[in-house]
Amino acid sequence: MKKNYNVIVNQKWCKSCEICVAICPKKVFDMDNFYAAANRPEDCIGCLLCEKLCPDFAIEVRLKTEKEK
Amino acid sequence: MDYLNYLRQDKMPHIWCDGCGHGIILKSILRVVDQLGWEKNNIALVSGIGCSGRTPGYVDFNTLHTTHGRAISFATGLKLANPKLHVIVVSGDGDATAIGGNHFIHAARRNLDINLIVFNNNIYGMTGGQCSPTTKTTKKATTTPYGNPDSAFDISKLAEAAGASYVARSTTYHVAKLDKYIKDSFLTKGFSVVEAYSSCPTSYGKMNKETGKTGLQMLMYQKDNTVPLQKAQKMTQAQLEGKFITGVFVEKDKPDYTENYAKVIQTAKQQ
Ligand SMILES: Cc1ncc(C[n+]2csc(CCOP(=O)(O)OP(=O)(O)O)c2C)c(N)n1
Ligand code: SF4
Ligand code: SF4
Ligand code: SF4
Repeated sequence: MKKNYNVIVNQKWCKSCEICVAICPKKVFDMDNFYAAANRPEDCIGCLLCEKLCPDFAIEVRLKTEKEK
Repeated sequence: MDYLNYLRQDKMPHIWCDGCGHGIILKSILRVVDQLGWEKNNIALVSGIGCSGRTPGYVDFNTLHTTHGRAISFATGLKLANPKLHVIVVSGDGDATAIGGNHFIHAARRNLDINLIVFNNNIYGMTGGQCSPTTKTTKKATTTPYGNPDSAFDISKLAEAAGASYVARSTTYHVAKLDKYIKDSFLTKGFSVVEAYSSCPTSYGKMNKETGKTGLQMLMYQKDNTVPLQKAQKMTQAQLEGKFITGVFVEKDKPDYTENYAKVIQTAKQQ
């Protein structure tokens, strides 16, 4: 599996609603000490559901640059 | 999409509770503004009071946080003084249809070129969960602990009957639809209303657990209980109990108030 996406959680803004954990079709997130953590970004398919449904602007999903791959 | 470009980052994190649907609606608005390529300086975002009313505090547009229920009145002044401005009003269900109900129907009747987005969580979120005009019959609120005896307003049908150019409704779970409706509403001339079903876990969820207690559960309830308008038209009232009916209710091309008002100015000048 190609690692195409960076999935970044801003834990300073995360309020631990767990929406991302439940909604992600690839189970990329876990709750980690109260905050969400993108523990398996390599599984991300870039559907953006987590980014759009996080009410707290705490998730950013972006395509990796050639350098980052 | 870089949301941060549109946020006053020094005001973040926002005050909304964990799982509150309001943040999802705000994101949808920002995505649409980004897609349309609107200049931040050409946008005015206006609100009244309530949790939804806090929205302007977080965005880097021209913003106005007004009094409870009166956002549309302030927005009317803005639009008439500066017709080129994109005027967006965000309002809670209480703000828009209780204290601000008359402003709402008359703005629709006059077909003012304003985009209203109602954050409908079926409750007064900010003040501790009093019942609102959209709290459904039998549902609980701090003011109706034994179940609400009243009937609820259907905001979209109200807007339709009052004469809005564009009316559509989506849930926060169905974000793609929400984006589309907000975008179409922004592109429609005249008064447009997008009713976005939000969730208030803190005030509504805790009293009405059958439709979800947490923000996540309420979102999942929306996912499992939404019926598109066309399908709903073939269903009975009983089958539609507890369902969210979503879709486009009105999409009309008709003269708006700024246009009609410009004609009045023209006529007056000629005499
Ligand atoms: C004139 C006036 N009356 C009452 C209030 C108290 N008040 C503040 S917010 C609010 C209702 C909020 O509910 P809603 O508009 O549905 O927005 P939400 O908080 O749910 O987003 C009320 C009654 C007020 N601020 N001003
Ligand atoms: S973009 Fe989709 S697949 Fe990737 S982390 Fe978010 S929800 Fe999961
Ligand atoms: S959806 Fe956002 S706020 Fe909720 S747990 Fe995930 S990162 Fe945190
Ligand atoms: S009280 Fe309700 S509407 Fe207000 S921020 Fe909390 S969850 Fe959202």
